Amino acid sequence: MRTTRRTFVRASLATAAATLLPISLRAQEGLPARRAIPSTREEIPIVGLGTWITFNVGNDPVLRDECARVMAAFFEAGGRMIDSSPMYGSSQPVIGYGLQKLGRPSALFSAEKVWTSSAAAGPPQIEQSRRFWGVPKFDLVQVHNLLAWKAHLQTLFQMKATGAVRYVGITTSEGRRHDLIEQIMRNEPIDFVQISYNVVDREVEARLLPLASERGIAVIVNRPFRQGALTQRLKSEPLPKWAAELGVSSWAQLILKFILSHPAVTVAIPATTRVDHVRENLAAAAGPMPDLAMRQRISAHVKAL
Amino acid sequence: MSEWWTYRAEDFLLFSPRVYWRMFELHNAALWPLHVLTLAAGLIIILLVARRPKPSARWLALILAIPWIFVGWSFLWNRYATINWAAAYVAPAFAVEGVLLLVIGSLRDGLAFDRRGLAGWTGYLILAFALAGQPLLAPLQGRGWASSEVFGIAPDPTAMATLGVLLLARGRLLPLLLPIPVLWCLLSGLTLQTMEEPQAWAPYAALALAAAAWIWTIIRRTADIMKENRT
Repeated sequence: MRTTRRTFVRASLATAAATLLPISLRAQEGLPARRAIPSTREEIPIVGLGTWITFNVGNDPVLRDECARVMAAFFEAGGRMIDSSPMYGSSQPVIGYGLQKLGRPSALFSAEKVWTSSAAAGPPQIEQSRRFWGVPKFDLVQVHNLLAWKAHLQTLFQMKATGAVRYVGITTSEGRRHDLIEQIMRNEPIDFVQISYNVVDREVEARLLPLASERGIAVIVNRPFRQGALTQRLKSEPLPKWAAELGVSSWAQLILKFILSHPAVTVAIPATTRVDHVRENLAAAAGPMPDLAMRQRISAHVKAL
Repeated sequence: MSEWWTYRAEDFLLFSPRVYWRMFELHNAALWPLHVLTLAAGLIIILLVARRPKPSARWLALILAIPWIFVGWSFLWNRYATINWAAAYVAPAFAVEGVLLLVIGSLRDGLAFDRRGLAGWTGYLILAFALAGQPLLAPLQGRGWASSEVFGIAPDPTAMATLGVLLLARGRLLPLLLPIPVLWCLLSGLTLQTMEEPQAWAPYAALALAAAAWIWTIIRRTADIMKENRT
């Protein structure tokens, strides 16, 4: 099922009701637009920074500095959410290195994950991750790919109750286990759900995105460029002339605007190793967003290529 | 992990090709000029195999065992594991291969390097490629010498050289020495293939050649036994 006018308007209204904010993105001059996390109404810039593969650079001092420069550009452009996982190799210590180098920016919204099949190993893993980042506590901890989700959610809800973490979430990627994701969204008081969504992978529009709006759950979108494969595929194609109406200068920006214009989406987290790309991504969070007709136009155009 | 069938090899690749090859550059820079010593050790292995004096089997196994233990510790454990957590589980296997070489090599009649014929020549070919061909792949693919993979320093040429040596060997316990180098060549080939690196053919080709030579040897031996039984 694709987004129809009815489901789009319904999702928009549900999001507005949940957040008590206007649907239109209120971008200030040059700054990325923000959206509210439904459970607290705290506003957050709609483009974050993913670290899957890109920040896994081991102990390489040159590449660590490169990652720190990407983080610096991200914060300078108004970004806040950085997302990682214990599964991502050395990404966590590399983030910690960057944060230390940048003087621990107060804007940081730290999004981490717990990823272990053992319930008992969850809390020590979260503590280890916190040490890697060098933060007093995480803003958000998510159960990665629903691994041992019942036990970890219990741990995370307890941590939230004691103030050790601010938000709790679950994640999946590339369309896996959507039935279970839906079940958890319906039955557990989670703040965030992280899913894959882009102009060609639109399955979540049918049930998960409307459900997130209905239940007041913030949505993080991972793999917006299909891990670079989508932008790579479109690279040789000219950007359509009508894309200028949205103020975009690249396929990456057009794809991001498509994702961000869905009213149920709170943050998209593209990953990159390049400073110019991180600036370009955050620039896509400002300016006009596609309406339903434009979204259909973007989708049809990409499909036809 | 549920819905495992929906995962592709790319989903398990945690790093980019750039980071992978930079890791070899840093590793080589940190260990230089140890490469001269490990290559010399490789040449000594060829000489010992070619001369075939029986007591040399013990020394040959020792010379081969040290690189396995060293590469497992210095490359897999200290370096590769920082970008691929699975490497921390593979590193002990390299130590096991080293210990197996030491133990089996020190046993009386543990290993004898007297195999010739097709299997033997294939062994020499793989051994020569591991020592002299593999280090050339980096400059040939435009990455420069800095990220070259050298026997005794990097895992691929070490595993391939071992396959070559084992093709030249005979021994009751020889099958115990095969699984770890074979599995490493498979794993490395899969990693390189997932990164879309053309040199994935190298570990795959070493495996295919070794398998073909072993199969040929088994067929020949079976045919000889049947012939003897008939006469």
